[in-house]
Amino acid sequence: MYRQILQSIQNIEIWPVISLVLFFLIFIGILIKVILIDKKHIRKMEELPLDDGTINNQSPE
Amino acid sequence: MSLEKFQYDNKIVKAFIIATVIFGLVGMLVGLTAATQLFYPQLNLNLPFTTFGRIRPLHTNAIIFAFVGNAMFAGIYYSVQRLLKARLFSDLLSWINFWGWQLIILSAAISLPLGITTSKEYAELEWPIDIAIALIWVVFGINLIGTILKRRERHMYVAIWFYIATFVTVAVLHIVNSFEMPVTFLKSYSWYAGVQDALVQWWYGHNAVAFFLTTPYLGLMYYYLPKAANRPVYSYKLSIIHFWALIFVYIWAGPHHLLYSALPDWAQSLGTVFSIMLIAPSWGGMLNGLLTLRGAWDKFREDPVLKFLVVAVTAYGMSTFEGPMLSLKNVNAIAHFTDWIIAHVHVGGLGWNGFLTFGMLYWLVPKMWKTSLYSRKLANFHFWIGTLGIIFYALPMYFSGFTQSLMWKQFTDQGVLFYPNFLETVIQIIPMYMLRAVGGGLYLTGTIVMTYNLIKTARAGKFVANEEAEAPALEKAAPKETYWHRILEAKPVMFTVLALIAILIGGIIEFVPTFLIKSNIPTIESVKPYSGLELHGRDIYIREACNSCHSQLVRPFRSEVVRYDPNNMEYSKAGEYVYDHPFLWGSKRTGPDLHRVGGKYPDSWHYHHMLDPTTMSPNSIMPSYPWLFDQFIDVEGTAAKIKAMRTIGVPYELGFEDSAAEQMALQAETIVSNLSRDGIQVHRESEIVALIAYLQRLGTDIKVKTEE
Repeated sequence: MYRQILQSIQNIEIWPVISLVLFFLIFIGILIKVILIDKKHIRKMEELPLDDGTINNQSPE
Repeated sequence: MSLEKFQYDNKIVKAFIIATVIFGLVGMLVGLTAATQLFYPQLNLNLPFTTFGRIRPLHTNAIIFAFVGNAMFAGIYYSVQRLLKARLFSDLLSWINFWGWQLIILSAAISLPLGITTSKEYAELEWPIDIAIALIWVVFGINLIGTILKRRERHMYVAIWFYIATFVTVAVLHIVNSFEMPVTFLKSYSWYAGVQDALVQWWYGHNAVAFFLTTPYLGLMYYYLPKAANRPVYSYKLSIIHFWALIFVYIWAGPHHLLYSALPDWAQSLGTVFSIMLIAPSWGGMLNGLLTLRGAWDKFREDPVLKFLVVAVTAYGMSTFEGPMLSLKNVNAIAHFTDWIIAHVHVGGLGWNGFLTFGMLYWLVPKMWKTSLYSRKLANFHFWIGTLGIIFYALPMYFSGFTQSLMWKQFTDQGVLFYPNFLETVIQIIPMYMLRAVGGGLYLTGTIVMTYNLIKTARAGKFVANEEAEAPALEKAAPKETYWHRILEAKPVMFTVLALIAILIGGIIEFVPTFLIKSNIPTIESVKPYSGLELHGRDIYIREACNSCHSQLVRPFRSEVVRYDPNNMEYSKAGEYVYDHPFLWGSKRTGPDLHRVGGKYPDSWHYHHMLDPTTMSPNSIMPSYPWLFDQFIDVEGTAAKIKAMRTIGVPYELGFEDSAAEQMALQAETIVSNLSRDGIQVHRESEIVALIAYLQRLGTDIKVKTEE
């Protein structure tokens, strides 16, 4: 029965194409933006676990 | 820029660490018990509380919620304070979180062996406990987000995104899957039925894996691996990409638990496709972890912490490749319902969750007690025996899963089943069950050794309950020039909302059509609601956790249809399950599928089989259920069951419950007289009669009626 519903919608085949294109555009968009991030900011972020504000930085062993 | 002095709360972390170790030992011991019961059924002890069916969910709940749950809280509470340079938002909430969680565990430990269960996997705890879980989870969330809001470090490191995604998604999953209609204080029926219930359950179940077993642990990996290796992660940029991809894609994968089932095809296909896509973000995480050690692999040779963490991440990589492979329909056709799935679960559970927890504990305890690990030798021993344990667990299960599946499917040259007796396929793999128990025993031994090591470490050190720290106060204005994702990281509330949207998309797209479009569940005229007596029987089936070993889903394969429905040759249709609140498709066939068992055996066969399975099936590993013969059903309680079912959509006529007692007596009398014809005397209201009524109903709705 759902085949009848789906068949009755005009040009339905375009919707999955739209969702695929949308998905890819967003994915590629984010990818490009991330690749272009400034290295200096990245360095600060990735060091965060290693600099945690403890006064006593005694590291046993 | 003033330097503020404050203190990190270590006491709460210590409490969660102790709980983690205790429940790790308990959960593994219960697991070992379950494993042993499969080749030594005497270990069921002939008691209702210790049957395999009730022990199995006790094991899964203990490991997932008590072991991994406590470990997650320990690891998160330690790391989140230090990453944000702020003490936890509220000490009171921290302790409510801790004690609340342990109380929930206690209630699980009591209720599950008593048979108080919803039957839904990893959601077995009944509705009052579900409410408690929701409350404590909210407490955790307030504490987590509160800490983020009072942070001194403006930007949220990647581990924190994973913690936020965990909090948000587990909340959504738990609430949606727990929609249930209470019947009594300790019993409820799932709001959903049949195919829809199956979809909701496995959306929940798979995402419990994703957002309780994976995302928090990826967060922990992003903190503890750099700490242990003393170097930053390989690629922060990669962590951004794989985080968003992971949380978006994971949600859609739920239907891969329902391949070749009565779930509509389009939903199955979505599940498969997205499961394959999931390899990319999962391996992004794995590569980020492993490559963090590039150029520093000599450290790995020396340090047991790194050994555990690296094997954990490797096991994560293996599981997240195997999972997508198992999501391909052709592979799934072989693997579903077999030990292969169990192997897969345990590579992830023992390897990823277990080993990462151990690595984290070996790093945390010396740190928090300001001393060095008591014995590096013992830690290395733990590593090797644990690794051996994983291998002895997984390899026998691969062998048994594959072998049993092929035995199920094999036909002779004449075109009949090569192994028509299901039990034959079980007996052949018993040696594999023994090897698996050895594996579990090795793994548990390692954990015991770790417990000793950690206790000796703590004894030799000096615990610091509140650790002094200092950091500049948060700058008033956000920096002007910054990249867009950093802006996202700086606005935790917006981040949380976006993460929530990302995880809701998959669920909505898969749920809405399945629920709304009627044709997804084609109606079958002859399917009728269960009778009062059958409802009692069904509830007994759930209480005794029969679904832990028996499935109720005949797949559209010739081998299954011939084995389970030789007379009618019908695989299981979606429309047959419309009144099944909850669904009982099961996920493992330790015993045969039961969906078409109705009418297959006489009532007396079931009587003897439940009293002592070996009388009907020699060498059966199924436990005995003698208490069903002494206990009576609660006839008064029938009305409540009917009313509850009616409320959630089962079309019982109004007033049905008034004549229920009468109807039940009639139906029971038929069974009693059938049994007495075979020389058996039984009370009409005994539980065994109700159970027989239910079993004899299964799958008969679409049977072509022949002359009785």
